[in-house]
Amino acid sequence: MKHAFLDHHSQTESPIHHLDARAKIIVFFTFILIGVSAPPTSLFLFGLLAIVLIGIALFARLPLGHLLKKVLVVLPFLLIVSISIPFMKKDGVGGGYNLGLGGLSLSRSGLWILWNVVIKSCLGVFSIILLSSTTSFPQLMKGMEKLGSPKIFTMLTSFMYRYSFILVDEMYRTKRARDSRSFGGRWFWQTKVFGQMIGTLFLRSFHRGERVYLAMLSRGYQGTMPEGTAGRLGWEEAVFLSLVPLLIFLRIYLIR
Amino acid sequence: MDRNKVIEIIHLSYHYPDGTPALKDIDLKVYQHQSVAILGPNGAGKSTLLYHLNGTLMGEGKVTILGIPVEKNNLKEIRRRVGLVFQSPEDQLFCPTVFDDVAFGPLNMGLDGQGVRHRVTKALETVGLKGFEARSAHHLSEGEKKRVALATVLSMDSEILALDEPTDNLDPAGSRMLMERIQSIPQTKIIVTHHLPVAVDLCERAVLLYEGRKIEDLSMGDLLRDRVLLEKFGFDADYAQWMYSRRKG
Repeated sequence: MKHAFLDHHSQTESPIHHLDARAKIIVFFTFILIGVSAPPTSLFLFGLLAIVLIGIALFARLPLGHLLKKVLVVLPFLLIVSISIPFMKKDGVGGGYNLGLGGLSLSRSGLWILWNVVIKSCLGVFSIILLSSTTSFPQLMKGMEKLGSPKIFTMLTSFMYRYSFILVDEMYRTKRARDSRSFGGRWFWQTKVFGQMIGTLFLRSFHRGERVYLAMLSRGYQGTMPEGTAGRLGWEEAVFLSLVPLLIFLRIYLIR
Repeated sequence: MDRNKVIEIIHLSYHYPDGTPALKDIDLKVYQHQSVAILGPNGAGKSTLLYHLNGTLMGEGKVTILGIPVEKNNLKEIRRRVGLVFQSPEDQLFCPTVFDDVAFGPLNMGLDGQGVRHRVTKALETVGLKGFEARSAHHLSEGEKKRVALATVLSMDSEILALDEPTDNLDPAGSRMLMERIQSIPQTKIIVTHHLPVAVDLCERAVLLYEGRKIEDLSMGDLLRDRVLLEKFGFDADYAQWMYSRRKG
């Protein structure tokens, strides 16, 4: 069965793709930290961050349209949470805008909060999408491990990634088997079948977990995952990492 | 110990946790470089017997591998010597990349980086998948997964290979390709299968199990000529006859 992979485009050939995962993790997380820590009024900094991120995306030969579409996926969730803020916030100073609709008014500071949430989330999500589009999942896990992330966390995430595809396959197979023997019926009965399907998937995953553990034991597993070999950071990574002090300088220089 | 005897099983019995008997009083001796097929219908105890070879399961009786008894204290040594390939490659391949999966055994054995890389390259070459190191298991075809699963134990340089239904779920071309690779491996092989052609091509000796008991232990040639035995186990005796004449030819 074919799946949409989480690390789509991570196999593209570009200088950014070839960089060590550690450098990319550090740089993209710096982007997120700088963006999140800036006040909502620092429009110039937000613009600059967006331009640099788009520049990296173009340099990495990633299709911008695809990336922007992925960013837009988070917008509905964001708006559900934050759209009411401008209508709820009562301004002390600065005032708001009366819409003349049954006493409905827009608050100025509420609008800034909405902008703050939207721009920071979009920049953060864009950074993460760039990271996952330029780094394959296994490299990402290795990079995090080398940066000191707990081994148990990367191990569990790797297993989850590896077996999520098999779980999805099993879910589709179960669904097909259900559909081929299902002749309609009231939604209540469908709910019951759905519950049984989830139970079946859980039991299968549980048993698979036991078999995988036996396969690990058979190859000498004794409770700790073996250490991989560490790669070396070269001058390309050093150039890319130079973005970190540059971003910190801009953050301090532009907003005082 | 007999010279060249690599596996010795004496009076082995095993019950599932719910009390159902799975193996009943099995005796078996396997010698170096032999290829032995464990044949039998579903539920005969073939896989259960295989899992006793590296201590994945431990029943009553005695199992000895290269003179070392299969006991809790010896499991590390035993698992270094017996490479077990599970029926489903999805169970065998649990790492993010092919390299990590093939390197898992050698790393657990304490090999250094260079040694591990050498073992991985060699094992992948043997199964015809050189250059697949960075691929993820879910990007591979079923046949490729089976070959990587084989490479995960070849990289451990085990003296004994225990393969559970190696050609299961494979198309004829994939099955042929895998069988050629298995044939080229010189180690002692114990192969569980219910496909007679697979057993005939890969093994010179057949052990037949039925409801947990060893019914027969004979050469592949003798099995192919024994119509009564073949029909008792549901094999096509005419086809077996043809395979026998092809082997002789």
